[in-house]
Amino acid sequence: MDDLIKEFLVESNENLDRLDSELVKLESDPSSQELLSSIFRTIHTIKGSCGFLGFNKLEKVAHAGESLLSRLRDGKISLTPEITTGLLAMVDAIRTMLDAIQATEQDGNEGYPALIETLKRLQQATQEAGAKPTSPLPASESPRKGSPESTKARKTNAKPPEKSPAETASSPSTESGVSAPHDPPESERRRRSEIAAPSALAPADDAASAPHGHEETRASSAPSETIRVEVHLLDRLMNLVGELVLTRNQITQFSARQSDPNLATPTQQLNLLTSELQEEVMKTRMQPISNVFDKFPRVVRDVAMSLGKQVQIEMEGKETELDKSLLEAVKDPLTHIVRNSVDHGIEMPEQRIASGKRPEGHIKLRACHEGGQVLVEISDDGAGIDVVRVRNKAVERGLITAQQAAHMTEREILNLIFLPGFSTAEKITNISGRGVGMDVVKTNIDRINGSVELQSRAGKGTTVKIKIPLTLAIVRAVIIQSSGRRFAIPQVSIQELVRLDGDSVHSEIEQVHGVPVYRIRGRLLPLVYLSKELKLPKHMVDGKEQDDAANIVVLQADDHLFGLVVDEINDSEEIVVKPLSNQLKGTKVFAGATIMGDGKVALILDVVGLAQSASILTENREYALADKSEELLETESQDHAEKETFLLFAGPDDGRMALPLGLLARLEEFPASLVEKSGNEWVVQYRGKILPLIRLDIVLEERRTRLRHKIKNVEPDPLQVLVCHDAGRTIGIIVERILDIVEDRALIKSQATREGVQHAVVINDRVTELLDIPAIQRIAEENRSLSSEHAEVID
Amino acid sequence: MAHPNQFCTFYLDKLMFGVDLLKVQEVIRYLELTEIPLAPRVVSGLMNLRGQIVTGIDLRRRLEMEDRPEGSFPMNVVIRSGGGAVSLLVDEIGDVIEVAEDSFEPPPETLQGKVREVILGVHKLEKRLLHVLDTDKACETSERTESALVEG
Repeated sequence: MDDLIKEFLVESNENLDRLDSELVKLESDPSSQELLSSIFRTIHTIKGSCGFLGFNKLEKVAHAGESLLSRLRDGKISLTPEITTGLLAMVDAIRTMLDAIQATEQDGNEGYPALIETLKRLQQATQEAGAKPTSPLPASESPRKGSPESTKARKTNAKPPEKSPAETASSPSTESGVSAPHDPPESERRRRSEIAAPSALAPADDAASAPHGHEETRASSAPSETIRVEVHLLDRLMNLVGELVLTRNQITQFSARQSDPNLATPTQQLNLLTSELQEEVMKTRMQPISNVFDKFPRVVRDVAMSLGKQVQIEMEGKETELDKSLLEAVKDPLTHIVRNSVDHGIEMPEQRIASGKRPEGHIKLRACHEGGQVLVEISDDGAGIDVVRVRNKAVERGLITAQQAAHMTEREILNLIFLPGFSTAEKITNISGRGVGMDVVKTNIDRINGSVELQSRAGKGTTVKIKIPLTLAIVRAVIIQSSGRRFAIPQVSIQELVRLDGDSVHSEIEQVHGVPVYRIRGRLLPLVYLSKELKLPKHMVDGKEQDDAANIVVLQADDHLFGLVVDEINDSEEIVVKPLSNQLKGTKVFAGATIMGDGKVALILDVVGLAQSASILTENREYALADKSEELLETESQDHAEKETFLLFAGPDDGRMALPLGLLARLEEFPASLVEKSGNEWVVQYRGKILPLIRLDIVLEERRTRLRHKIKNVEPDPLQVLVCHDAGRTIGIIVERILDIVEDRALIKSQATREGVQHAVVINDRVTELLDIPAIQRIAEENRSLSSEHAEVID
Repeated sequence: MAHPNQFCTFYLDKLMFGVDLLKVQEVIRYLELTEIPLAPRVVSGLMNLRGQIVTGIDLRRRLEMEDRPEGSFPMNVVIRSGGGAVSLLVDEIGDVIEVAEDSFEPPPETLQGKVREVILGVHKLEKRLLHVLDTDKACETSERTESALVEG
């Protein structure tokens, strides 16, 4: 392709992107001469260049647009939504033709006669209308128009030579900040200042044009400071710097083993220079997020218009920069979320007024740097997401069980929206917004190692937070070893590192039905052995297996934590990520490869892929539904699990229950006559203290419904009480009968089926429920307040 | 495009093979390989070729031949391919030779199986046959190929 045409395409496309946002801005600030001039200039440039290059159809469309714009600029007609729509349609047409030129070097077959006709009609129609004053401030308009000086000032604005690439480059920064949400006071003020100055026109005009002139000078001096560089040159540069970083690592390692200061100093220097160079080269690939953001006012306007909604968009931090390739990757997900916000988040104007909000919805985009990542927030003040409905729907669709739902936090429930099965649930989409394609958004963001988070308050609005790494090419990673091989794990996925020494390896890694787990702050962490997962051969050191220590890397994949057991954890390093070749595309546990300081190649683990292959995450990210009854029947025993001693007792309805003996202080019998009431609490005097009693039959029943009847029930005499210490308190738990004390391996067989129960386990070949003391206490606490209400009712 | 008439030759267990000289980036001695767990069997690992990560394909396995005897190190014939450089691991490197176009013959009908799609044909040299490899096919390690190899 001709270089000239290429240049023209690049330049015009950039101009068009700007045009989109400027037109929308103009709509909210129709009096801005600055904007009008800029738009006019852009179109004029395109028209001029394509006349020169011989794209006649394109020239005609641009010409029609230009004529319309010139009337607008000269104040002959004023802006109506119809005109804006027409002009936007023109931008689209030009873009289509530019694409055609890109592909065929011809401006396509379509001549857009209808569009040209519309543009002409708009010129005419509003000319007549414009004859009668339609502008909101007709009185002020005429003197302004009449003033020759101000016209001259406007002309100066429009005059400077248009075609300056530097202007294109500098304009995003000069216009950064907000896309001027409709701001009547501001424009009003400007208008008023113009009205107020008829007597002193000259100074007013000076004031208006001064900042302008300044901008212009800066723009015209800029060409010497920017040059266009092809992206692939930058890519190549980035790769070379990557190599340099690797070589630097090698030299640093080598130098560390030498004692020669003559080497140490230049090495240190090399180290510094390389880091600096890397940073600077990375900057060349950085682009402001405004490249994506600037498209949104148009998107929002189009969607809002088609739905009859009123939506304003506000943007903050447009200058935040991130790697070009990442910018491309987040473009679609962001567009999707913004669209969704307008489509489902923001309510219709009447509805908004009814709920006491302003009729215009408000969408805010915010981008900033946060801890080495870029944070993008999209928030709206719409209807929000109805958590209860989401939960019910998820249960209904079988994505989670009712049991799971009951234990889920609000945040977890909101995240259900990202499940693929969920997004097709149309009803939810209509009622509470969001949903369609949110799983796609998440997948796309995951692919670039980013994360998505959702916050929503019913009636108040929704906020989507997206975290994106700054760059993909160089990442900080922890190097680990397994079976004598090195692997790199991206540091962003690592939550913490745990090292188990000697005996604790055997005692602290427990088994759940043969599956290894580790207790971390009271929660069970499923363990994955890297060597098993990768089917690595056993690593022998001096002829024996290495198993006297275990290192657990706690990783996060989506919302799931799991522990990766590796032989050694070495160091954290900056690594250059190299993609795997086509031959290895099928191996999803690796994200790429890198070259280590010693020149050898190491593979980079893909945490999500690893979690999937180890079934921590099911492939389609649905919550697994465990078939409990079947699992309960299995009685396969494990030899290496440790034995524990349990107290067996009969719970309500003669159910077998157990408590680890370690938690039990004493077993006591109290005659029922000793039980006293203290407030709403049952208590008994015990060793000079008051011992609160908890009745298991009440606590474990569907308590609220039956509470009233149970209170009246007759108790067995004497009462069997388990005295337990928990969290500094001593409590007594009343049970039906004490059965036995047994020793068994605590093979946990299934999750709890009701509150107050930790697990169902098999003890002495029978299913037994393991009591959860803290939960019991909590429920009792709730009951106490409840029963006080009932007591009043009964009285 | 005319048939290539310059070949980079190499040997695999006494058989002579050749690849289009223009597709060869370079020929180098053995480089240390990093094995890739769970990868297809024909992929023998990754190597560091002056900062470039190159995937090594064990050509013996690709051609369903016996594994190289232990202790012998393969040589690398680095091929330019669409998805980056790929190295074919071979036993020994031969000369670059020029052949006459009319000495080419397609493989005999009796050559069956997976091997057939990798071998384009042979050039009849004075004393021996030069097997011409389809480099693109040789670098292919799709799951299909892999499972077929495992089953075979």
